[in-house]
Amino acid sequence: MKARSTAQATTAIWLGLVIGALLMLFPIYWIAATAVRPRTEIFDAVISLVPAHVTWENFIYLWRRQPLLAWMTNSLFIAIVGVFITVFANLLCGYTFAKFKFPGRNILFFAILGALMIPIQVILVPEFLITAWLGLLNTPWGVILPRAAEAFGIFMVRQFMVSIPDELLEAARLDGAGEFHIFTRIVLPLSRPIIAVLVIFTFMWRWNDFAWPLVVLTDHEQYTLPLGLNLLRGEVNPEWGQVMALALIGLAPMLIIFLLFQRYLVQGIASTGLK
Amino acid sequence: MGGLMDGDANHGKAALPGHRARRWAVQRQKLIPYVFIAPNIVLFTTFSFLPLIYAFYISFHDWSLIGDPEWLGIHNYTRLVRDPLFWQSLRNTLVYALSTVPTSMAIGLLLAMALNRRLPGRTFIRSVYFLPLVVSAVATGTIAAWMFNENYGVINAALVQLGLGRISWLSNPAWALPSLAVATLWVRVGFNMVVYLAALQSIPAVYYEAAKIDGASGLSQFRHVTFPLLAPATFLLLILNVIHSFQVFDLVYVMTGGGPGFSTTMVVQYIFKSAFVTSEMGYASAMGVALYLIILVFTAIQWRASRQSESAL
Repeated sequence: MKARSTAQATTAIWLGLVIGALLMLFPIYWIAATAVRPRTEIFDAVISLVPAHVTWENFIYLWRRQPLLAWMTNSLFIAIVGVFITVFANLLCGYTFAKFKFPGRNILFFAILGALMIPIQVILVPEFLITAWLGLLNTPWGVILPRAAEAFGIFMVRQFMVSIPDELLEAARLDGAGEFHIFTRIVLPLSRPIIAVLVIFTFMWRWNDFAWPLVVLTDHEQYTLPLGLNLLRGEVNPEWGQVMALALIGLAPMLIIFLLFQRYLVQGIASTGLK
Repeated sequence: MGGLMDGDANHGKAALPGHRARRWAVQRQKLIPYVFIAPNIVLFTTFSFLPLIYAFYISFHDWSLIGDPEWLGIHNYTRLVRDPLFWQSLRNTLVYALSTVPTSMAIGLLLAMALNRRLPGRTFIRSVYFLPLVVSAVATGTIAAWMFNENYGVINAALVQLGLGRISWLSNPAWALPSLAVATLWVRVGFNMVVYLAALQSIPAVYYEAAKIDGASGLSQFRHVTFPLLAPATFLLLILNVIHSFQVFDLVYVMTGGGPGFSTTMVVQYIFKSAFVTSEMGYASAMGVALYLIILVFTAIQWRASRQSESAL
């Protein structure tokens, strides 16, 4: 009797979860479904859940009307260069805080953690002015450099590297290895899991970034994919088919990363509450 | 140990000419940590700390980017206190936080508990709830705006199918914020679920065995075992979610643009508008400083509360 009621409860929970999951998936499906629908079907009075005709016309019009290639290259450049700079600097910095004792260490560490608490909007104006003063407005570097230092990454790396045994580093020092050599040849190979988490999160942040690029990039040719998406969506009568086609293009790399590296995403969030 | 002996022997041989070099090496060793953190320190100073001080400075001035900043004293702050739009944006932010934080945390907890059982396809279902986290806020706002579209949106189409009337989701001030909240839940629920799942999995099974022996029912197990042990995760999520909702920008900007009227304009939107639409840099900075203080106070209160409840356990 008891076993049967537990089994029933499990079935009910499972059904609820599946219905919820379908609802969660629906918006993603709807992006794709709208992107491949012909214009007449999109603005039809009756909406069918499955497109009656599948067409590439939205993608083709998008390609002709907008500097799509420039947006894609800008997004890729900013995300990839941003990942390299941020991850390398974070690893070096987190390693130093984990494994070196030096005057001012605690003050500097807490100052960096304090930077975590500063919402970007608080310093949006002065940060914009400094970026303008450096002559970086309307360049990818104006997007990359101000976002290159990430306090979260430093914090995560430090937590991870504290557990690397000191003896290993001491032994290398006694063998006469230089500090940078120790870092690249001994510390980094031991840190692959944390490097994977950092690379994935940083790529996601840079790829999806909006508020800061919106302030820095004003020239349409310099736009990233999210800025382009906002541009199309903000038109007086948005061409929703093209808007969704662009949304799908921007989403595709993240979906691939999600499918391949979901484990690291979960790990990153579960261990530090990072998003 | 062998390495140490070798090292000493070498130093002994080259004692006189090597003395200076060794002192230099020691000095260099002391400098290394500073060299290693230098890139981050330069970036943080240039793009975080200087701007913070600068924001504070500008907040006492009147400045439209053209000409020199003009000293205003605390005028921007007194204006802030009297500005009904600022209070409305603050109220909107609070309503948004209150309607998204508790709900997304409760749903996240329910999902985590359900998915912590042995169920067919559990891993796949977890992934689905987690998937929206990789979708950019701009894409989320765009698809939400399309689904909530009054004339061609799929949600209104479904309402019509059910024999109900259309709702002006995004052009009616009463419906715009709830629509925004639904879009937010879509993203935040998976995040909260992941953190709760990790916390649930770290609860040792012995606790539940002990509770079973004591004859505790499912509900009282939850009340007396699960929920108290999840307290650290709950507080972490509370802080992160509150901060998140105080800083929400992209989603609102793309989905409603802060409208209709002022009905979904958050503090952050208002800062952005003042800075980059009406070019009031001083006033925007004053609001930024105020927002920073509000977030600090919130976080401090939550920290205290969490410390107290932990010591009460």
